Amino acid sequence: MSTIKFTEDHEWISVEGDIATVGITDYAQEQLGDVVFVELPEVGREVAKGDEAAVVESVKAASEVYAPLGGEIVEVNDVLDGAPATVNEDAEGAGWFVKMKLSDPSELDNLMDEVAYKSFVAGLD
Amino acid sequence: MRYLPLTETDRQAMLATIGAKSVDDLFKDVPEAARNSASIDLPAHKGEMEVERILSGLAAKNVSAGSVPFFVGAGAYKHHVPATVDHLIQRSEFLTSYTPYQPEIAQGTLQYLFEFQTQVAMLTGMEVANASMYDGSTACAEAVLMAHRVTRRKKAVLSGALHPHYRDVVKNLSDFADYELDLSAPVIDGTEDLIARIDDKTSCVVVQNPDFFGNVRDLRAIADAAHAKGALLIVAVTEIVSLGLLASPGEMGADIVVGEGQSLGNPLNFGGPYVGLFAAKQKFVRQMPGRLCGETVDAEGKRGFVLTLSTREQHIRREKATSNICTNSGLCCLAFTIHLSLLGEEGYTRLARINHANAVKLADQLAAVKGVELVTSSFFNEFTIRVSKNARDVIDALADKNVLGGVRASRLWPGEASLDDLIVVASTEVNTDEDRAAYAAALSEVLS
Repeated sequence: MSTIKFTEDHEWISVEGDIATVGITDYAQEQLGDVVFVELPEVGREVAKGDEAAVVESVKAASEVYAPLGGEIVEVNDVLDGAPATVNEDAEGAGWFVKMKLSDPSELDNLMDEVAYKSFVAGLD
Repeated sequence: MRYLPLTETDRQAMLATIGAKSVDDLFKDVPEAARNSASIDLPAHKGEMEVERILSGLAAKNVSAGSVPFFVGAGAYKHHVPATVDHLIQRSEFLTSYTPYQPEIAQGTLQYLFEFQTQVAMLTGMEVANASMYDGSTACAEAVLMAHRVTRRKKAVLSGALHPHYRDVVKNLSDFADYELDLSAPVIDGTEDLIARIDDKTSCVVVQNPDFFGNVRDLRAIADAAHAKGALLIVAVTEIVSLGLLASPGEMGADIVVGEGQSLGNPLNFGGPYVGLFAAKQKFVRQMPGRLCGETVDAEGKRGFVLTLSTREQHIRREKATSNICTNSGLCCLAFTIHLSLLGEEGYTRLARINHANAVKLADQLAAVKGVELVTSSFFNEFTIRVSKNARDVIDALADKNVLGGVRASRLWPGEASLDDLIVVASTEVNTDEDRAAYAAALSEVLS
């Protein structure tokens, strides 16, 4: 059973065992508009919480995606290289960015669950 | 807003606002000894005719490039620029147009930029080129920064025969950004061992071809060695006409090629404005600096041009932009493109052949002069000679005989005593047999 958590920077983190899959939320992709490019980190890189882990570029802007938790990048979504629009089509599924091996899974406890994130987003509008 | 000079009242109001009594108060942090309190001795005002007469007299003291046999190169070259180039670039649609942010009103500008990029990519043997940088040296520094981003490393290895101006611009940017530079003493004969200097921390190797002293170099082994260590090869080309004869940097394995485009379409211009060339492999396009123009189709399916990949640039990406240069040398790159289009591939190759042939003739003539040794064995249109007297005195004595004989190497490497007797000599299509004979004769007299 996986756990899904959210950050105030509009990232989602789905955890199975000590592997977390990270992407940007549906709300984030909607704000960005058509995604034209995603720059992903190299596999094997160690990132600390808050490090720049990826860059997502839309027709409107380019934004950094920060690592929501610390750990090692174990896989990146190569599909985004040829089909960046996947982020728009399925942000919280096939449009994932990276998989990380978490160095401290307890950091998850500080993040929002789905209900909390929904009310956070509602407060933004 | 009126553009009028300050009045005394304005000045007093501003001083009062910041709490200063006088303008001199603003300079009190400058030590007394460093201030010049004496008034500067300038002549009183003069009428227009008189000023013109004085300035013409001063100008007549110069020995201008077009008036005597001229063999000065070292990064800026005197070529013939067809009158057509100047005529076309002065059309107001080109001359006064602003940055083409709005493609719907800037198709002409965007099209020539696209054609310029295409030409630069083809000449350098690369896949993508930008719409130009300020000049060759800034392009070189930008290439080093780009290599650091691509490789996520911080150390650049610079050839000992890279133009010292290029080295200095790289050094300026590197010093203030905490990047590491591996520099070398000047190497005059093209035999330096760059490969030994490449290690796992090296982000890039920067080599000039032909190098500062004129040596034409085969860069393939350096490219392979750099790639084996995960580093990039940056090739700098200061004489773009050379690519009409030589293997392109791309063919020899370069990852980024930078160059000075002045040789095509642009006169010496007293040292600037010039046009920096910047080209790279396609896979690095998102890390490239500067403006990029792309081809597309409009709503009706017609071919058109737009600025593209702008998210790399400062006006969108702010401090995370790939470069602080958000502009290009528009008019100079237009001149480059028009000149190259007029030449065509055949004309460009022929121009390169004439340059090389002229340089070979000159080298033979100079080498026959007693007291001259030819240092460069393989060159394009520029080579280095060793003379039996101090090069500074030789250059001055030649100028007194109305021959501008080249650039002494010690001028660019001050303090390097080993270079005191070296002169870098260039010969392009503008030199005639008479020019070469005059140089050889004058040099023979000077060295006797």
